Amino acid sequence: MTTDTLNQPGARDETTPLMRVENLKMHFPIHAGIFRRQVGTIKAVDGITFDIKRGETLGLVGESGCGKSTAGRVMLRLYEATEGRILLDGVDIARLKGEPLRKIRPRMQMVFQDPHASLNPRMTVGSIIAEPLDEHGLLKGAEREERVEELLDAVGLNPAFTNRYPHEFSGGQRQRIGIARAFALNPEFIVCDEPIAALDVSIQAQVVNLLEDLQARFGLTYLFISHDLSMVRHIADRVAVMYLGKIVELASRQDLYGAPKHPYTQALLSAVPIPNPAVEATREHIVLKGDLPSPANPPAGCNFCTRCPIATDLCRVEDPEWREIEPGRHVACHYAE
Amino acid sequence: MTMRSVSTTGPKILEVTDLKTVFGTRDGAVHAVNGVSFHLREGELLGIVGESGSGKSVTMMSLLKLVPMPPAEITSGRVMFSARDLLSLSPGELRKVRGGEIGFIFQDPMTSLNPVFTVGFQLMEPLRKHMGLSKAEAREKAASLLALVGIPSPADRLDDFPHQFSGGMRQRVMIAIALACDPKLLIADEPTTALDVTIQAQILELVRDLRRELGMSMIWITHDLGVVAGIADRVAVMYGGLIVEHAAVEDLYANPKHPYTHALLQTLPSLDSERAEKLQSISGQPPSLDAEPTSCPFAPRCEFAFERCFRENPAIRSTNGGWAEDRVSHDVACWWDIEKGAPRDDD
Repeated sequence: MTTDTLNQPGARDETTPLMRVENLKMHFPIHAGIFRRQVGTIKAVDGITFDIKRGETLGLVGESGCGKSTAGRVMLRLYEATEGRILLDGVDIARLKGEPLRKIRPRMQMVFQDPHASLNPRMTVGSIIAEPLDEHGLLKGAEREERVEELLDAVGLNPAFTNRYPHEFSGGQRQRIGIARAFALNPEFIVCDEPIAALDVSIQAQVVNLLEDLQARFGLTYLFISHDLSMVRHIADRVAVMYLGKIVELASRQDLYGAPKHPYTQALLSAVPIPNPAVEATREHIVLKGDLPSPANPPAGCNFCTRCPIATDLCRVEDPEWREIEPGRHVACHYAE
Repeated sequence: MTMRSVSTTGPKILEVTDLKTVFGTRDGAVHAVNGVSFHLREGELLGIVGESGSGKSVTMMSLLKLVPMPPAEITSGRVMFSARDLLSLSPGELRKVRGGEIGFIFQDPMTSLNPVFTVGFQLMEPLRKHMGLSKAEAREKAASLLALVGIPSPADRLDDFPHQFSGGMRQRVMIAIALACDPKLLIADEPTTALDVTIQAQILELVRDLRRELGMSMIWITHDLGVVAGIADRVAVMYGGLIVEHAAVEDLYANPKHPYTHALLQTLPSLDSERAEKLQSISGQPPSLDAEPTSCPFAPRCEFAFERCFRENPAIRSTNGGWAEDRVSHDVACWWDIEKGAPRDDD
């Protein structure tokens, strides 16, 4: 890939994080009745704050419905944030509109979860990958063809496949096509939204290795959204754990997996089955009671208090503060020490 | 939890021999199951592991002729259950077995319950059909089943519809339905795949409890090697419509002998040990299954493949002297002896 700098404005300050969100909220209205009046809000993302440094991979883990995908999409401005700031290279993009917004789109891209649904079955692979190039009017004619072939090659597909259709490829190959499309505009920041969840175990490793190779080659920054804690442990430098619209813990990979502080993180890690019968036979599982509460009606106090094994009266009244308990280690729990 | 001990002498409640299932499609035949044999003893939990398209679900559906026929056709095999061949039963007799003597739990709790009937109705249906209970008796039993699978205030929840339950709760209801008629055998097809890990942990805990209480015999189909490690007594690994390896669970994980199992265990990133710089991956794609295998289906992706692998399909055979009083046979279908690092020496 070429290292064009078309869309990378200004001088970079190496100390500013590439992406920073501050108190980001995404609330979806619930409408009901014949007049479709708003009767409530789903608090999908309810005030999250974190940085992603240039060149690093931040893992975002949580169970379905915790708001992790919504968080990724809001950061890319695929939804209008309800509140909060999204700083790309120190510039707030949360309220950008029209042409200025279009200008920054090429700098951030997304790899989607389902490779069967995210590729248009009526378009050839070549036109799928070239679509971002056409949309942003960057390359034409032979140059464009060349770029498509270059991208196919970079993701490990035969460049001769440009005229084939998505249905001719397997799931893993389709995910490679989706990755090539995300890379077409030389983005700096990529949100990978469960990119391996729909793939078989033997194919998952191929795709993760490809993502890591491309990151090393082009110095990319990833937000890796996943519910697969062992894969996140492999790919991420730092990990954020989300529960019911909030981040409950954020730490380096070593700290988070080595000594989780938040009771939810502890339960989540202990719930992952380990492929080793000898370990499983002696391991203590923390089994959480009950289900995830509805994000339309989160509990008072700490979000996790309804399922938390160590919750006290304080937790049911007061929402714990998001605090840094050690350098680089954040947690939202009254009893994290 | 204690170490599991595998029964090697108990009575066999299920014995499957040389099962083959072929789907006739517009684009030609798909050979989904290509000669699968296994058995299950009373009180055992057999894990069947494989990726999508390996034939694990079709195998289990074929046992009870739950595959749509046509397009599917069971071209060979015997399924001995309670001294009868299930494949030669009449549709009426088979209906008595399904949901009666053999319970089934399906993968997706969102779609396998009927949304227009109450949970109580769906639980009582098999009780009245198979066990001939009266409405009042069935209702009582249904409530006790919901209590058994850990649903709070069970009697009240019988009148709720499936959409009023969460995913994990619906899977508990599915388990309750499968358990309704005290089945001799429970077949679970990826019962936790659609669930979140914390909910999966609840269901796994429930299954462990139920096995302790009821001594159930189970077949558990999954793609997740971690889940199987925690609950199974024995494991069969499927690839390309064949069982390529079978062993007691500790033996399989400690000492995988088929290159596919070996590679699969290597590709998994770990949660508890040293983090590898790079994940091991298995190159290539799963086989297409458009014909019965004439060579080893894994050969094109196998790092040990040699000329014979492309010529002949290896039969599965024991590598530790077969079954014995205190030993589970460790069977492998491979021409290569992974321990010696040389082709296997017989035939």
